[in-house]
Order: sequence, then C-alpha cells, then structure tokens
Amino acid sequence: MQAELLRLVTCGSVDDGKSTLIGRLLYDTKQIFVDQMEHIEETSRRRGDTYVNLALLTDGLRAEREQGITIDVAYRSFVTPRRRFQLADAPGHVQYTRNMVTGASTADLAVILVDARNGVVEQTRRHAYITSILRVPHITVAVNKMDLAGWSQERYDEIVRDLETLGLADLHVIPMSALHGDNVVDASENMPWYDGPPLLEHLETIELAFDRNLDGRRFPVQWVIRPMSDDHHDYRGYAGSVAGGVWHPGDEVLVLPSGRHSRVEAVESADGPLDSALPPQSVTIRLADDIDVSRGDMLADPLEPPVVARELDARVCWMSERPLEPRSKVAVKHTTRSVRAVVDELVSVVDIHTLADTPMPERLELNDIGVVRLRLSEPLAVDPYADNRETGAFILIDEASNDTVGAGMVLQVS
Amino acid sequence: MSAAARTLTHLDDLEAEAIHIFREVAAELERPVLLFSGGKDSIVLLRLAEKAFRPGGFPFPVMHVDTGHNFPEVVEFRDRRVEELGERLVVASVQESIDQGRVVEETGPRASRNRLQTTTLLDAIEEHQFDAAIGGARRDEERARAKERIFSFRDDFGQWNPRAQRPELWNVYNARVRKGEHVRVFPISNWTELDVWQYVAREGLELPSIYFAHEREVFRRDGMLYASSGFVERMNGEDPFVASVRFRTVGDMTCTGGVLSHAGTIAAVVDEIAATRVTERGETRADDRFTEAAMEDRKRVGYF
Repeated sequence: MQAELLRLVTCGSVDDGKSTLIGRLLYDTKQIFVDQMEHIEETSRRRGDTYVNLALLTDGLRAEREQGITIDVAYRSFVTPRRRFQLADAPGHVQYTRNMVTGASTADLAVILVDARNGVVEQTRRHAYITSILRVPHITVAVNKMDLAGWSQERYDEIVRDLETLGLADLHVIPMSALHGDNVVDASENMPWYDGPPLLEHLETIELAFDRNLDGRRFPVQWVIRPMSDDHHDYRGYAGSVAGGVWHPGDEVLVLPSGRHSRVEAVESADGPLDSALPPQSVTIRLADDIDVSRGDMLADPLEPPVVARELDARVCWMSERPLEPRSKVAVKHTTRSVRAVVDELVSVVDIHTLADTPMPERLELNDIGVVRLRLSEPLAVDPYADNRETGAFILIDEASNDTVGAGMVLQVS
Repeated sequence: MSAAARTLTHLDDLEAEAIHIFREVAAELERPVLLFSGGKDSIVLLRLAEKAFRPGGFPFPVMHVDTGHNFPEVVEFRDRRVEELGERLVVASVQESIDQGRVVEETGPRASRNRLQTTTLLDAIEEHQFDAAIGGARRDEERARAKERIFSFRDDFGQWNPRAQRPELWNVYNARVRKGEHVRVFPISNWTELDVWQYVAREGLELPSIYFAHEREVFRRDGMLYASSGFVERMNGEDPFVASVRFRTVGDMTCTGGVLSHAGTIAAVVDEIAATRVTERGETRADDRFTEAAMEDRKRVGYF
C-alpha cells in the first residue's frame, strides 16, 4: 500500500475527551494491538475505572499516568487503506501553549475539540488563534459529547454559528461522541440530521496536494557533498530539502546572501538524476558554475527572491521560564543558518484570554505570544511566514543553556 | 504529469524527513556515530545514510554494541554489509565491559546481557568522544518513545529527562550540546514497523535470514518462543522443539523471541504484519515486560 501522509494535531484538554477520541480512532481503525489493550484493561481495573479507559493509550509517561494528565506532545501513527496518519497529541491546558505551538508547527490539519455542553469557550478561541498564527491549512472542529447534549441539532447549529465567527481556515465541523464512537469512524445513528462524513472519512479524503508551496523556489543548502574520490573528482553537490517551488534542471538560481547567479545543472537523488523536485523532497542540486556556496546559503528563484534581512518583525511564542526582555540576546536558527540576534523592541503581547494586543510589554513570559523586533548579527534570507511555513519560521536558542526558548514566525521585514 | 498533481507517498515523505535529519546531524555535530544492530531498522538507516550522502562517504563511523550473544547470521551480515558500503565499523563489546569489571554478568536461566549494553554504549561514546548517536528507534515501539524528541538530548551521565525536553518545531532542529553531553538522534522516529517493511520491499534491501520463516529449535517461555542456544539456560518444563519461526526484532538471543510463521518472502512478511494484532515489542521482547514503565526506566539511565 502506498498512501499519502497526513500530519495532524489534536487540540483540547482531558475534559473535552481528547484522549478518548484518539484512543477511539486508534481502536476503531484496529491500530491497538491485543497486548496494548490487555495492558489498558488491566490498568483501568487497577485504577478503579468502571470502563476501559481508552485515554490510557496515549498517556505515555509515568508521571502522566499517576496524575491522570498529559504533560507533553506525543506522536503516534495510524493507517487506513486510504491514508497514513501522523498525529501530534498536544495537551490543551493554558500553561501548555508551548506544546500546542510545537504540535501545530508541522500539522497539515488541526482537530479542535469542543464540549457540546460548553460550546465555544475561551480555550476554543485560544486553539483557533494558535492554529491560525501557525497557518495550519485545514481546521476540523469535533463537537464532542453530543450524547450529553441530547444529540441536539439546535445545539450543534448554535456552535457552528459561533465557530464561523472565528475566521478559521477550511473549517469543517463534525458532531460527535468519542466515548460512544458516534461519527469518529462510524456514522452516528443518533444524529441522522448530520449528513457529513464521520471524522475518519473526512481525514481520509481532504485534499492535501494544494497545500504544498509550489511558488517561489527556495532551497536552503544543508550539506555540501564533495567526495573528492577518483570517480567523482570534481563533483560538488548541494544537498538539502526543497522549501518552496518546483526545481528543474536549467532553472535560474540566485544564491543568497551572496547575491551571485547560476543555473541548475542537475537535480538528483542518490539513485540518479530527477526531472524535478518539490517540497518536502530531500535532494541534491548541482550548479552550472563553480561558485562558492556552503551550508546556510539559500538557493532561490531570481524572479521571486526572499528578502535578505538584518532586521525583522516576528511573532514569537516564548517557551522559557526566563522571560524575554528588550536587549536580550538569543541565537536564531532559520532553515540551515544560525545567527545571533538582539531584541530591539517588544512590540506587543497577546492576552491569551481575550486575544487582545497590549503594546510595548516589559517582557514576554513563558507561553506568551507577542510581536518582537529583532536585529540580526548577519543577514537571513526570509519570507513572511504567511507565504512560506519553512523560510518564514525560526527557533530561538539560549546560548548559555542551549535550550530552545522560542518559536518565531516572520511577519515583515524592515 | 504536473507537479501539483504529483502525489508523494507516505514513504517518500518519511524518507525525505529522515534524510533531512541525517544531514542536520552531520552538519551540526562534530563527532556523530551511527548505531547499527544488524536489525531491519538499522539496515534502513544505512540505506537512508546512502541517500543522504552519496556519492560522498558517510561523515560518521558505524558502531555495533556487541553483546557476544548475537545470532551468528546477524554478525555475518553486519560485517559483509559494512564492507560492501566501504564505511568504517566500530565494535563496542559487552564481553570487554565484563572483563574490565565495568558490569557484572547476570546468572541463572533469565540472565541477559541486554541491560549490560547501556554501560558498554556509554563507555564507547565517552571513549570515542561521540557527541551524537544516531539510532533506529521508532515512536510506535513503546509509549515512552512516543514522547521522545527526534534530537533527544542526554546529560553528562547519558540520562534522558522526559520532563526537560527541548520543544521541536517545524523541521528546525536544535542540535547544540556542551562538552561531555550527547544527543541521540532518531531519523525514523515517525515510521511504523509496517513502514519499515514496506520500505525494505520498495528499496529491495537485504535482511538477515532470521527475519524470514525458517526451521529452528525453540522452547516456550512466558508465552514467547526463544531460540535454543548456549546463551540461555532452560528451566524445567521448557522442552525444546522444532518449529517454523521468524523474528520480528533482532536483539540479544537471551531476550528476543520468535513468532510462528511460514512467511519466507518480504511480501509475505508485510502481509503478516499488516494483519498482526500484537505489537512488535509485546510479542518478542522480554526486556519490556519487567514493569509497566520498563522502557522509560531504561531510557532514563541511557539505554538506546
């Protein structure tokens, strides 16, 4: 079987029944093996649960099982005859914004859980906000616990109306009861008024091919292959992952930040030459001219080049206990290039409860999301994150601890 | 066909991700090493390393932590494969760790060198000053693994702290380590057992013969079938018999069980795995069965 890969993130808290939903997806698609099932049956009994607690499947670490909470992003796989799924399970408590940003960064689709009894609440708005700033292309809202809302179409319609005000990308809404399995894998008999697909069918059929960034060729050079062996004496290949556009032999190339020009001599893999390469393929590009190119350089389309920036405004999710303050120095890793940066200005911070911007905060605390003006020690070739999720993204690293302390998305270049 | 209409399969996608990870390790760390067990996952890693670096050589050596209790088929395969690739092989020996008094051999019918490997591995990392160890672990193997990062940071003592993991965003990996620390890197984190077999089939990779059904003398213990060998002491009632078996994982002979099978080809194995109802480790690895948090405990102290 050769199927497409769909990466999805689930947003919601334990109370929304998210772990139960994931357990249900895995169970109903027969991804749960006999030994795992025996294990959770036994653990459920030991904990005194009166039903087989499918949530236990996803609670991996000992501390989580003891406390009954999910503390970190977990990644798991499932497969159907139509598609292969990679799921990032991000905890939804307020203090875990960091985990949700992490899970959403690689997602093609986000499933946001809403408790049918509570409808669109502050947490829902927060999830909507995070998935939209991370530019997750498809949003699906699971209105869960419909059994506790009397399977009511009126209630569902009301929630749909509220959701439509949030401005979500490619919004789909599905009424559901994860506990009873309604509209997860099998269509619900309790809600004959819903004529859309159950969640799994929706995930299997949503169109992904158009999400790929096929405009604006971008190729950050990751590694230079220079065998210098007898067979490949003059070979010089630039290895990397395609971050934008479709690359063909003969394409004109602008090398950044040097600004030199060349042409693609060949696009190849270890198995031989390719007619073309597109995101996210890992390939090797050879250039027609013998010019100096090394890791951290970006090959780009000369007609639609990225901006070479020394200063930029970015939305930053701060992930460290130590706050970010004006004048703070951090390392920036953008594609394959690392530079230093200083915070020139904290432009604004979002109140995660009201989603209102407060200008000129004194600092960004752990889990804060704000707009930051950075001055860079060396230039970076960037695009707005809205145009390219790879060349518009960067991480911030604390040079003393080596920890990853922030996630950045380029807004505009000054 | 237009590029927009061209579909990348899940294997294309997973392969691209793994190659990207390989190149990041090589570029960002000074002394990486590729851990090779002779098992299917590390055989896939070797293929992915070729895809990442050919026509150049690997920018790291290949290291096998040898318990001395291996299936002979696997050691033969290891030597031949590394020779074919023309790459460097480092062997770290558990027997030497025992001889040097670094670890104490377990005794009795349940003795295994599996747990002793951790010391041998950490000693070798220190001796060679490796700052990155690339391994074939997958997130679908076990619940603790599901939460581990692709670049999984280890402290001075080789320990993993699941509460203090670096967030991992997009495909931008933070590979920074201080002297004495190292990072474990798992390029096929997001692959499943079935993905690995499908990739083996697609790439036409050779595997050690024990992965395919063969007649072998085995005995039954804890619901698993162990190969009869000089390394495992049988207990009362553990009578040997001959059966057609294959192995789903390749570990030390003292902790790896076989499954009854007649699958003699890759295609037949893929069919069996697609239909199986027991996880790879649940079926064949005694080392995960000790406690509920067995894998988490071993990882904390520096296991693979």
